[in-house]
Amino acid sequence: MTASKSEAKELRSEHCAIVREPIDLRDIKEDLEHPEDGAAILFEGVVRNNTRGRRTLYLDYEAYESMALNEMEKLAQAALERFKVRDVSLVHRLGRLQIGETSVVIGVGSPHRAAAFEACRWLIDSLKKTVPIWKKEYFEDGAVWADGEAFPDDHPSKPEPASPGTQ
Amino acid sequence: MRVRVLLFGQLKDIVGRQEESLELEPGSKLASVMAHYAERYPGLQGLTKSVACSINQEYAPRTAVLREGDEVGLLPPVSGGRA
Repeated sequence: MTASKSEAKELRSEHCAIVREPIDLRDIKEDLEHPEDGAAILFEGVVRNNTRGRRTLYLDYEAYESMALNEMEKLAQAALERFKVRDVSLVHRLGRLQIGETSVVIGVGSPHRAAAFEACRWLIDSLKKTVPIWKKEYFEDGAVWADGEAFPDDHPSKPEPASPGTQ
Repeated sequence: MRVRVLLFGQLKDIVGRQEESLELEPGSKLASVMAHYAERYPGLQGLTKSVACSINQEYAPRTAVLREGDEVGLLPPVSGGRA
């Protein structure tokens, strides 16, 4: 697959990053550390060795990079407003990833654990619905783009509902 | 007027290109970009309902009006993250 010409090695915003190298969990944790926090959560999304029982060899992640970073930063800001957490960090890796490698990390630092868990769960669930990143899965007998989740019903780009009777 | 169209995932494979420049009537809406591709690439027709669109890197409804030089993204359902 030809890579986009303007592919940056790394893109960063206030709370987010899109990287092409292995994600360093210690860096993210150190950045999150704060004496007022009683909870630090790091969620790691990891490349699984199968999809519905079919053996996966490796994955290629690609993104609409600048837009993906914007959308990730919007989620970070929304989480900080919505949950009682002090800081969040979202990092997604692109390119070819092998089984067991980390594709995404969500970090949350918070005075209390309940809010940290809630924010972390909300961030990864939302990221998978709205951030323009796609993965192609390679199997022994071919490759397919993974089925994405449908865009949420209240999503700004949602097409008009089909008129009754049409499909 | 001309707009720049960026294609991702499956759409990129079907069209065979990541990026195209498209000539449109002034005042055209996003919907006409989708219609253009559905007509030119039959393999894409079944996907148009699930595809989201963006203008200048913001999600936008099909009714949004395009302007000269806009960057349009055609985005299949996303599948980042894992688990």
